[in-house]
Amino acid sequence: MSWCIKNLPAMQETGSIGTADGSSLVKLGNTTVICGIKAEFGAPPTDAPDKGYVVPNVDLSPLCSWRFRSGPPGEEAQVASQFIADVIENSQIIQKEDLCISSGKLAWVLYCDLICLNHDGNILDACTFALLAALKNVQLPEVTINEETALAEVNLKKKSYLNIRTHPVATSFAVFDDTLLIVDPTEEEEHLATGTLTVVMDEEGKLCCLHKPGGSGLTGAKLQDCMSRAVTRHKEVKKLMDEVFKSMKPK
Amino acid sequence: MAFLDFRGGSGRVQIVSKRRATCGRHSWSPRVGACVQRTHLVRKRALLGGSNKPRLHVGSGAMEGAMQTESKIRADSRTEPGPRGPGCSLRHFACEQNLLSRPDGSASFLQGDTSVLAGVYGPAEVKISKEIFNKATLEVILRPKTGLPGVAEKSRERLIRNTCEAVVLGALHPRTSITVVLQVVSDAGSLLACCLNAACMALVDAGVPMRALFCGVTCALDSDGTLMLDPTAKQEKPQRAEHCWEALRDDHHRGCPSGVEYCALEAPVGATWWDHEARAVLTFALDSVERKLLMSTTKGLYSDAELQQCLAAAQTASTHVFRFYRESLQRRYSKS
Repeated sequence: MSWCIKNLPAMQETGSIGTADGSSLVKLGNTTVICGIKAEFGAPPTDAPDKGYVVPNVDLSPLCSWRFRSGPPGEEAQVASQFIADVIENSQIIQKEDLCISSGKLAWVLYCDLICLNHDGNILDACTFALLAALKNVQLPEVTINEETALAEVNLKKKSYLNIRTHPVATSFAVFDDTLLIVDPTEEEEHLATGTLTVVMDEEGKLCCLHKPGGSGLTGAKLQDCMSRAVTRHKEVKKLMDEVFKSMKPK
Repeated sequence: MAFLDFRGGSGRVQIVSKRRATCGRHSWSPRVGACVQRTHLVRKRALLGGSNKPRLHVGSGAMEGAMQTESKIRADSRTEPGPRGPGCSLRHFACEQNLLSRPDGSASFLQGDTSVLAGVYGPAEVKISKEIFNKATLEVILRPKTGLPGVAEKSRERLIRNTCEAVVLGALHPRTSITVVLQVVSDAGSLLACCLNAACMALVDAGVPMRALFCGVTCALDSDGTLMLDPTAKQEKPQRAEHCWEALRDDHHRGCPSGVEYCALEAPVGATWWDHEARAVLTFALDSVERKLLMSTTKGLYSDAELQQCLAAAQTASTHVFRFYRESLQRRYSKS
């Protein structure tokens, strides 16, 4: 087995969209994904009255690649949206209870829109980074329920960041005939690969998601190698993210 | 005529079925807990000149169970009745092939109470926009039991499609389409694994050339790291930490003036606090040649070591599923 590892630089900016409550722009090589988060009020679900919602949506438009047509979301966009929803659910990145304002009556709904501006492969990794960076950037105003009128009063002057509990980082691999594994594949490599694998890991080494949608088989030993690579990748990405946030904080 | 011979004492149920000119019948075997459907396609068999044995094969998933190869089809029940004990064992599974007349191949796969019906059309004509010049275009359609298919179904279709693409020899049928249609009949846990098994059996029934067979196995990990293979719907549900009964009781006792021994606070009726609910559910698809991992999808948090443990358990369980496939097909094609 031979490895081929490419470390493509990942640049990111956060807070670039003024109208959104939280935003980020991530560039993984040529793949560019922008994430905007808008917070709105909604009624909590009846079976979980003390939880809010996080609704991700990945938009792959004809802008990013010749493969996509305009109209309802195609299969790749739906699969990516489902993947992001699973990552949010499994990794417990934010406690949904934190989004509840008044149990059973009012809760925050975070609409996360991930728009791909340039698709050069490895869309899942880029979307996960963008989502994480944007969530760290989200500032929610303080809301109090007025007892007399039973209306919500929003105090825009007092905003607080979300409590991000874990930092899930995705690492994707392209598999070629069970022998060659390429980390962070470009679109050409993905197209020629016989299989792909995405591992989402958080800082304690716990796996949130092992997404291998078919393709050529992998043995347990290969999988183990992928895990160790995912651990190193997590450290690199976390370092980059901490740098960006440190440079941004005094605002 | 067909009759059901029920011996209550040892808990074994024998289903002896003979040729019947009328249509199929359902029979319920309470011990096994699976609905066993017998369909007799007598007229078709007579035309083909094949044997008149029904194509139903019922398998026991128990690690220690041995398959019966007599002409009587028997549903093996466990040595002890009731829910299966802790440790690695699969639920009962059954498979029936060639039950639909329109698709080129069809199969119904039952795992415990989960049942999926699969139909395969192909190799057939393909739309120009979807055709691939050097191999077959594979399509998978998954219909849920109720409601319209949504994003979750699309995601599962992609997983099943990519798994099938890895094993089907598409290069033998370029510019054609192979469509696999899956209908969920009942969902009692491990649905994706059951869909994969049904798809594989249907592809075999249709005669689509494949380089290997594949099977789906689901593993659940509960909070103390215990592995459960082939979990039921209740075992797959994520753990609700906030409803911990012990915490409620301790809180009450702290404030209770009469002291612990006089406290009459009872557990609510119908509580499922003590059931092992999963912290993580992992579904794997393995191929039959080298038990390599073809597909994996997971829910929940788990560690690397637990992943390897689940994968090893799934590989062991898959040998039983593949043995069941082999015996089922041998039974079908043997001329005794």
